[in-house]
Amino acid sequence: MPHMTDERVRAGITHEEDLSLLNEVSMKTAGVSHLEMCIQCGTCGGSCPAAMDMDHTPRMLFAMLRAGMREEVLRSNTPWICVSCYHCVVRCPQEVHIADVMYTLKGMASKAKLYRNSTAPHFSQTFVYMVETFGRSYELGLVALHYLRHFPLRLPGMMPMGFGMVTKGRMAIPPKKIKHMDQLKKILDRAKQLELTS
Amino acid sequence: MNKYLLYPGCSMESSAKAYMESLNTIMEPLDLNFEEINDWNCCGATEYLGINLIPAYSLIARNLALAANQMKDTRTVVAPCSACYLNLAKADHYMQERPSLGVKVNEALEAGGLQYKAGTLDVRHLIDILVYDIGLETIRSKVTHPLKGLKVVPYMGCMLPRPDYQNRWSDHEHPTELDDLLRALGADVIDYPLTTSCCGGHMTQIGPETAFELLRRLVADADERGAHMMVTVCPMCQMNVDAYQGEMNHYFGTHYHMPILFFTQLMGLAFGRKPGEVGIGTELVSSRNALTNIGLEVPVTQEPVAKRKKDEGLPMPRRWTKREAGKETVK
Repeated sequence: MPHMTDERVRAGITHEEDLSLLNEVSMKTAGVSHLEMCIQCGTCGGSCPAAMDMDHTPRMLFAMLRAGMREEVLRSNTPWICVSCYHCVVRCPQEVHIADVMYTLKGMASKAKLYRNSTAPHFSQTFVYMVETFGRSYELGLVALHYLRHFPLRLPGMMPMGFGMVTKGRMAIPPKKIKHMDQLKKILDRAKQLELTS
Repeated sequence: MNKYLLYPGCSMESSAKAYMESLNTIMEPLDLNFEEINDWNCCGATEYLGINLIPAYSLIARNLALAANQMKDTRTVVAPCSACYLNLAKADHYMQERPSLGVKVNEALEAGGLQYKAGTLDVRHLIDILVYDIGLETIRSKVTHPLKGLKVVPYMGCMLPRPDYQNRWSDHEHPTELDDLLRALGADVIDYPLTTSCCGGHMTQIGPETAFELLRRLVADADERGAHMMVTVCPMCQMNVDAYQGEMNHYFGTHYHMPILFFTQLMGLAFGRKPGEVGIGTELVSSRNALTNIGLEVPVTQEPVAKRKKDEGLPMPRRWTKREAGKETVK
């Protein structure tokens, strides 16, 4: 299927409908997404505090979903810029679970390896690695790994802050670990199998 | 005795230690009794949800299952962190809204010998129980040191009043719970239209330019309104406004100094506790000057790092400049 340009989406041209992508995203989203109910009113983009940094506003992204533009959607930085503030969610007249759809798109983009900037996916993966290892988040390990990998230039400027956090006891040096890590591991392993079969 | 189950959340033990310390000081005056959920795990914040669906919800649901097992005198779980509150409430809500999710999550929980029936628990935020269960009258009656003269802007953050699955809040965009509570403490509460605007969440880690602009709006507006400090209910908001204010100032070439404290810290002070007992001094943007407005002397804490006397000297990595920031833009 030829891919539509953003201009055509802006003009509202949705040639022969292919709803398979829309349905896939809707099915993979927690709760009842209401994604297919979107009326393209643009309230979401207008409410978004981070829209200025997005490749596409949520409204446009949902039009692209409806047009079946899989690659363009999964390459878009929009889900990664979403700050989960839920402004759009409470204002959406169709009650689309916009923030949850963004989570779904992040997961799909990571798996498809289409999003080019790796900073955000790596941050999520490092965070989850800490949680899967200790059962708790481990801030010092997380920021150390993350900043060395993606923001080495920011480190000198951040030294006073990091130093302050540690000396004021706000960042634990050793990680905390839950007691029944084995139980959590079993639950997560089973959940991952279920994720694959669903 | 007001008994609740407590889900503290990871940040209460580290970056938001002051929140926990100050919470402990208001338990006794308000006759609160919290029973911590045994061996709780991280809720996954906003990160796990963006990777896998079933594992993310199973991670949250393990906490709900453990809490349900501990349910004796109460079915209410209190979370002081907005992100934890939202995640717990969200899992409980979506397991009901989409029963197939509930089935899968329970299948995963079974591997660890647990199960959870959605709707068993009532998930609520700390400020919700303080305002609606304990009541503003009771809180006002415990105030021994009114915060008269302290100008504060109430900052609710985004994940508390939204999406609000259970209709708990007075408004989704301009809730007044925090205003009312601070007024009960005697503080001069300034109207703050940005009260539920976003602090940037994890964007300080992954897309700093986006986060800095959001932080600038919050801090600049609080400053223009003449606030002595911002007051928050959320560890993430506190962390971003406090710890990244320096970097934000550097990025924009501004010189804001806007301290941000947890509402429980001000409650502790109003109930007559000393600044040191409620974790004051652990913030990076010092609230020392702000607190002189209510006649409090906070001992000087050691400045984090001595400034270099000269810019020349040993070769050092350059500071992160605005131009370089542009190169790292998430595009």
